[in-house]
Amino acid sequence: MKSITKSKPFDEIKECLERFDRIFVIGCGTCATMTRTGGIEEVADTIGRLQEWGKIVTGSTVIATACDEMTGAATAENSQAIRDANCILVMSCALGVQKTAQYIDQPVIPALDTLFMGIEESLGIFLEACDQCGQCVLGETAGICPITACHKGLINGPCGGTDNGKCEVDKERDCAWTLIYQLLEKQGRLDLMKKYHPPKNFQVAPRPRVIKI
Amino acid sequence: MAQSLREALDSGKFVITSEIGPPKGTNIAKMLHHIDLLKDKVDALNVTDHQSSVMRFPSIGGCLAIKERGGEPILQMTCRDRNRLALQSELLFACTRGIRNILCLTGDAVPVGDHKEARGVFDLDSSQLLHTIRLMESGKDLGGNDLDGVVEFCTGAIVTPEAKPLEPQLAKFEKKVEAGAEFFQTQAIYDLENFARFMEFARQFRVKVLAGVILLVSARMAKYMNENVPGVLVPQNLIDELAGAPKGEALTRGIEIAGRMIAALKKDSICDGVHVMAIGREEVVPDILAAAGL
Repeated sequence: MKSITKSKPFDEIKECLERFDRIFVIGCGTCATMTRTGGIEEVADTIGRLQEWGKIVTGSTVIATACDEMTGAATAENSQAIRDANCILVMSCALGVQKTAQYIDQPVIPALDTLFMGIEESLGIFLEACDQCGQCVLGETAGICPITACHKGLINGPCGGTDNGKCEVDKERDCAWTLIYQLLEKQGRLDLMKKYHPPKNFQVAPRPRVIKI
Repeated sequence: MAQSLREALDSGKFVITSEIGPPKGTNIAKMLHHIDLLKDKVDALNVTDHQSSVMRFPSIGGCLAIKERGGEPILQMTCRDRNRLALQSELLFACTRGIRNILCLTGDAVPVGDHKEARGVFDLDSSQLLHTIRLMESGKDLGGNDLDGVVEFCTGAIVTPEAKPLEPQLAKFEKKVEAGAEFFQTQAIYDLENFARFMEFARQFRVKVLAGVILLVSARMAKYMNENVPGVLVPQNLIDELAGAPKGEALTRGIEIAGRMIAALKKDSICDGVHVMAIGREEVVPDILAAAGL
C-alpha cells in the first residue's frame, strides 16, 4: 500500500509561505519518493525554487519513512537547522505532515495533496485499491473492490450508466461490476451477483478512527 | 381522483406513462403547462430527480403539482443526493401528500452533471431503496425503530434492455424484483426484436414492464444517443428514416416512428405498456399517442 500524493501548485505553496522567510524542508523516502513528489530530487528542486523566490532554506532532510518514529529521530538530528527556521515545508503525504507536527513547534506546511491509498498497477500508474471501509467484500466480488473500483461505490451490482463494459464517468475506465461479473462467471460463482447486500454500516469505526491493539 | 398506477397496472390494460422535467429556476409555468397537457392522457407522470445530475426544481415539487391538478404522479428518487435519513423522511412526506408511486434509481454520477465538484452520496442504492420502502411499509425504519404511521407505495425501478453486456444488468433486475419492484420502466428501446427477447426473460417474474420510448427529433440526435447514452441503440434504418425526412419534417417523422413502435408493442402484447419520454418536447406527447392510435 502506498499513500499517493501530487504536488500542490507552487503558487498555493507560496501563499502559505508568504509570511515566513526561513524554511526547513522535509521529504519522505517511501511513498513520496515512489510517486516522485517528495524524494531527494524533488526536495532539491523545491529548495532551488524557494531560494529563487528569495527565501532562506535553513536545511533539509529526506526521512526514510516520514509517518513513523523516524521523524522524531530526524528532527532531533536536524534540531539546529529546524530551530533556525520559522516554518517547515513537508513534502510527504498527510501522514508525514501530521507526524512532523507532533515533533516540531513551528508551523508545518504541506507541499503535497494526499489523494488516496493505492497500489502501483504498472510503472508510474497508481490505482486506488482500498477505501478502508471496515467491511471487506472482496471475497464475494472476485477480488475487485466495488467500493473503490465503482465510481459510485455500489455493492449491489452495476448501475445503468455502464456502457460496453466502461464507466459512465470515463469511457477509458472499466466498469467494476462488469469485471466482477466476468470473474464470478469464470469462478462458477454467479449466484453471488444475486446476493442482496443491505445498506453499508458507515460507522464501523466512527471518525476519528482509533484502534488499540 | 385519478386511478392509481397500481390499479392501472393490475387492470391488464396497456399502461401509458410519461415524464415531466422540472425547470432550473422558479419559473414553473412551462412545467405546469406540460402537466395540464398530459395528466389526463396518461396513466401516470414521472417527475425527474435532478436528471443527469443537473440541479433543478425538485421531483417532489413537480409531483405535488401533478397531484393538485388531478394527475397521478410517480416520484423519481435517486440515491445520489440524499442519505438514508433524508430518503426515508421524503418517503414519509410523500405518503402524507398522497403520492402513491416511487421510482427507485441509483442516480447518475455527479461528474456528468452541472455541479461537478459536489459530493455524491450513494448511502443507499436502488435495490436498497426498494427494500427500505418495503421495510417502512412493515412499520420500521432503517434504524430498526417503529414508525408512527406507515407508508404505502407502488414501487418501480428501471432496467436497460440494450445494455452491453446485458447479463450483469439482468442480475441487477432480479435483485430489484426480489427487493420489491412491482413495475419497471426501461431505458429507451428501438429494436423491437431485441426487446422481445428481453421480455422473454422478464416474463419469468411477476412484474409489469413499460417499454421506454424516447422521441427522436433528428438523425443527429439518434447518432448522438448511440454514441453518448449508455445502453441506447438506435438502429441504422431509423437513423436513415429520420435523415430522409423532408427539411423541417424530422420531428413529424420522429413522432411517427415513436407512434409506430408503441402501436407494435401494444398490438403484439410484447410488454405491459410504455413510458414515453419526449425530453424537452413534452407538448408533442399527445401527438405520439395519437400516432400510436391511443
